[in-house]
Amino acid sequence: MAHDAPTIAETLRRQGISRRGFLKFCATTASLMALPPSMVPAIAAALEKARRPSVIWLSFQECTGCTESLTRSHTPSIEGLILEQISLDYHHTLQAASGEAAEAAREAAMRENHGKYLLVVDGSIPLGNAGYSTIAGISNLDMLKETAAGAAAVIAVGSCAAYGGLPAALPNPTGAVPVSAIIKDKPVMNVPGCPPIPVVITGVLAHFLTFAALPELDDRGRPKVFYGESIHDRCYRRPFYDQGKFAETFDDEGARKGWCLFKLGCKGPVTYNACATTKWNQGVSFPIQSGHGCIGCSEPGFWDMGPLYKPLSMPIAPVQMMVGAAAAGGAIAGTAMAMRNRAAKKAAQAAHQKVTVDDLEKAK
Amino acid sequence: MPSTDSGAEHGNALPILNEIRHALARLLESGETSVIDLGALPMGPQDEAELLAALGEGEVEATINAGGPSSVRETAFHGVWLLTHRNEAGETLARFIEIAFVPELLMSQAEDVADSAAALAKKLGQAQNG
Repeated sequence: MAHDAPTIAETLRRQGISRRGFLKFCATTASLMALPPSMVPAIAAALEKARRPSVIWLSFQECTGCTESLTRSHTPSIEGLILEQISLDYHHTLQAASGEAAEAAREAAMRENHGKYLLVVDGSIPLGNAGYSTIAGISNLDMLKETAAGAAAVIAVGSCAAYGGLPAALPNPTGAVPVSAIIKDKPVMNVPGCPPIPVVITGVLAHFLTFAALPELDDRGRPKVFYGESIHDRCYRRPFYDQGKFAETFDDEGARKGWCLFKLGCKGPVTYNACATTKWNQGVSFPIQSGHGCIGCSEPGFWDMGPLYKPLSMPIAPVQMMVGAAAAGGAIAGTAMAMRNRAAKKAAQAAHQKVTVDDLEKAK
Repeated sequence: MPSTDSGAEHGNALPILNEIRHALARLLESGETSVIDLGALPMGPQDEAELLAALGEGEVEATINAGGPSSVRETAFHGVWLLTHRNEAGETLARFIEIAFVPELLMSQAEDVADSAAALAKKLGQAQNG
């Protein structure tokens, strides 16, 4: 099936898209894949030969937020992606078929594209008791093993599939594990985030589509092009951090002036993702631009790595060494901050009044 | 609503302007063109406005209708072009600054020219036969 399919370039040409339109497509694809514009000729050459890959998407212990995110992709749109660029042969939320017909579609795609299809997984896999999550009576573990066997590569989309995520949060009642804990004999790429940025999901699909291979990965199995730098290092508010200018509360002068949110618990310095440049909602904004710190949703241990509003203990070391005086201000602020936090915690505990059900009854 | 951070100056536009300055020098010296992907750079709400204000508007403006409208505009600095690619729904897909005598996408492409030559020959042939 996949062998006879037209190449991407041929498909676009049949739709009446000119070479100029194709080059535009390549330029936006390069931007989407976070590759430099100098890669456009290489992308054009690869797309001349690329054929629509078959994609099977399995959803296990997840909230469907990753699929919601995918459907918000505007470049390429989900319609464009499914109808023109990939052959999404199984995705039980998006496909029309259900029950036995759906499973038949999955088995047919596996058979016809054996060794070549791309397997995308969102959600974690329960090892505690198979009954926690099944599809068509098949346990998540069995379905993952069976489907991964004939896949060219596996993409774990979202923090649950990549690291265990919310289902794996302590005390992990279902014994949830990520894809990489089970699949050891295939390339597995992690695309974490809760959810991942829409165009990052389509970006990695576009990379596989274009080059018939996964992009270069870091030591946590993440594509370096999207997860190679921290939110902090790419944050437009970074100059304020270097100057020691911090918002102390969410409504002070610093917050209004858009200063650094480090002291309000921003996890940007320890979070690797593309939010600061790719942004969300068609590039409109991202949490820090909206005045809230990064919560580190794309890192391992998200949910169990401490309170969202507690500052990271100290500014990161290289900055102190690099920018001398300005960063020294930041380091002092870090120490002072820890003391102030303790004082604030005590004050909050003293001021805290517990409300019981009886109190609420009386208030009626 | 707190924290709209209007009026903040982050200074992220300045390094891009310097990059453009170096690219212009390369263009003059060797004819080498450069493309900067604005989607790959850290930009705050004021930074982009600052950058575009600094670049200003030039003499040429063109629209390419291929897979959705793309606007190509020369800035007040000759050889510095702002390209905005949109899809058919008008959503912005990517924005580039291209430093070139003519942006690549404005030029007709050899493949398209060959198709056109064949189409025109066919049309004339039909007219003569008809």
